[in-house]
Amino acid sequence: MLFPVYWMVNVSFTRTQDMRRTPPALFPLHGTLDGYRAVLRDQLPYLGTSLLIGVATVALTLVLAAPAGYALAKLRPRGGGVLNFALLVAQMIPGIIMAIGFYAAFIKLGVLNTIPGLVLADSTIAVPFGVLIYTAFMSGIPDELMAAARVDGASTWRTFVSVVLPVSRNATVTVSLFAFLWAWSDFIFASTLASGSKLQPITMGIYRYIGNNNQEWGSIMATAVVASVPAAVLLVLAQRYVAAGVTAGAVKD
Amino acid sequence: MRTLEQGGGAGSRQGAGAQPSGRASQDGTRSGGSRPRAGGRRRSPASVSQLTAWAFAAPVVVYLVAFYAVPLYRNFDLSLRDYTVRSFVQGGAQFNDFANYVKVFQDPTFWPALGHTLVFTFVSIGVQFALGMALAVFFFQNFKLSTTLRALFLVPWLLPLIVSASTWAWMLNSDSGVVNYALSLVGVSPVNWLTSPQWALVSVIVANIWIGIPFNLVIVYSGLQSIPGDIYEAASLDGAGAWQKFWRITFPLLRPVSAITLLLGLVYTLKVFDIIWIMTRGGPGDSSQTFATWSYQESFGNVLPRFGTGSAISTLLILMALVAGLVYIRAQHRQENS
Repeated sequence: MLFPVYWMVNVSFTRTQDMRRTPPALFPLHGTLDGYRAVLRDQLPYLGTSLLIGVATVALTLVLAAPAGYALAKLRPRGGGVLNFALLVAQMIPGIIMAIGFYAAFIKLGVLNTIPGLVLADSTIAVPFGVLIYTAFMSGIPDELMAAARVDGASTWRTFVSVVLPVSRNATVTVSLFAFLWAWSDFIFASTLASGSKLQPITMGIYRYIGNNNQEWGSIMATAVVASVPAAVLLVLAQRYVAAGVTAGAVKD
Repeated sequence: MRTLEQGGGAGSRQGAGAQPSGRASQDGTRSGGSRPRAGGRRRSPASVSQLTAWAFAAPVVVYLVAFYAVPLYRNFDLSLRDYTVRSFVQGGAQFNDFANYVKVFQDPTFWPALGHTLVFTFVSIGVQFALGMALAVFFFQNFKLSTTLRALFLVPWLLPLIVSASTWAWMLNSDSGVVNYALSLVGVSPVNWLTSPQWALVSVIVANIWIGIPFNLVIVYSGLQSIPGDIYEAASLDGAGAWQKFWRITFPLLRPVSAITLLLGLVYTLKVFDIIWIMTRGGPGDSSQTFATWSYQESFGNVLPRFGTGSAISTLLILMALVAGLVYIRAQHRQENS
């Protein structure tokens, strides 16, 4: 299971002249940092763009998802079931369909090849998921807590901001984590909605490398390693949220 | 921070005292109860709380309409029109009835792409589910390092797809890939994994299974946690072996979780695009073309985009996803009711 990950790291340190050797070197004995130098040389702008897009997507997702989750979990709007259903269906729409639709709409709006456009598109991967996670989590907050805030004279908004949101920290971490990772690793929107843009995310950086005829696998794999760093860091920091996120998103019990 | 603590403190202090009144007002006035004067004159407290509730949900409703309904509508609209680059930008493309769909159905790629989509989807979810379950059962036996290893096994799933896909592409490289080298050690002659029509689909399926295992592992593992331990103890007392315990207890009790996992897998796998596109671009020929890659190929893969047929293909794809989705939602309802 972990071999491909190891291999990626191994190849990223391999010298170009050793790349096509038989047998392939199982350890980077003649290790080189050339691949990583290439990353520093070519890929920094891509990484910066991805970071920016990731953070903006997280912010947008949280702003939209948290109040909706609160409404669905605690305020029980009439017709909330329909909204829930719409969110479930939204998660099932293939990215290519969204991409074609966005392309057509973005041309008209003039946001094709811009970062805000890409952020909007990327957020569609995470928003329905975010609402469902928040709903599942906030349903578990005891009603008494909110009743108490009400007795203290807090408005619904105030209760939401000062009581419900702080208590829902775990849900916020889970949603942010996934929103960031999905935006970071998005390829389909980047390649369709930002292919003419000056600022492109790291997935396009890798794609360009692969597209080159002289395929420098050392540099490609080094970029791949660097592009995986956020996933690795987040995994270490937020292990239990990852598992919680998957299960809460899929199985309700 | 201060408001936070105040809120929490007040809540816990008054929580006990507020309980009875809180319960009493629970039916009609959820949030409206907090400001009895605001809605007292014209609107009943219930409708005020309804308004508040929808005010909180409104941004997402607007969002769903603007960023799901509109692109979906645009996609469908495109599939019914005769588009060229010019008419795409300037508008005024003509409706051509269902000519795009007819073109798609008559395209020589149609049947292979349908077949590949089905094979790719069902083989992927079947194998990744079986392996995911095997690993979940394995990790459930709380040995040393179990937690650490389980976390590490999540890595493939969190990596950007383009990273996994390019890593597999290099591992499966005909001349210098490590897979062919490993095969040569056991005397198998090199296989052109990505460049021969008979192996390209297999290659992308293998990579996709590898990416899908962690997801299955996590969900099945959480399902295992909900099985009460004393059932196993009782079975042990009756002299059941490990294999019997799995088939007679674990497997049947996991059925609801398994159903959800498989259906989610179905929905996710139908839309897999990145892996195939990066590894083979649907080729060689159309040998690993699925509806997702074909649609992308038509819409964005050519010098002159063919949005009409591209969106017709993706409309067919969404019909497939919707069928899977409806089955999923029904299954989840049944599980909730049981």
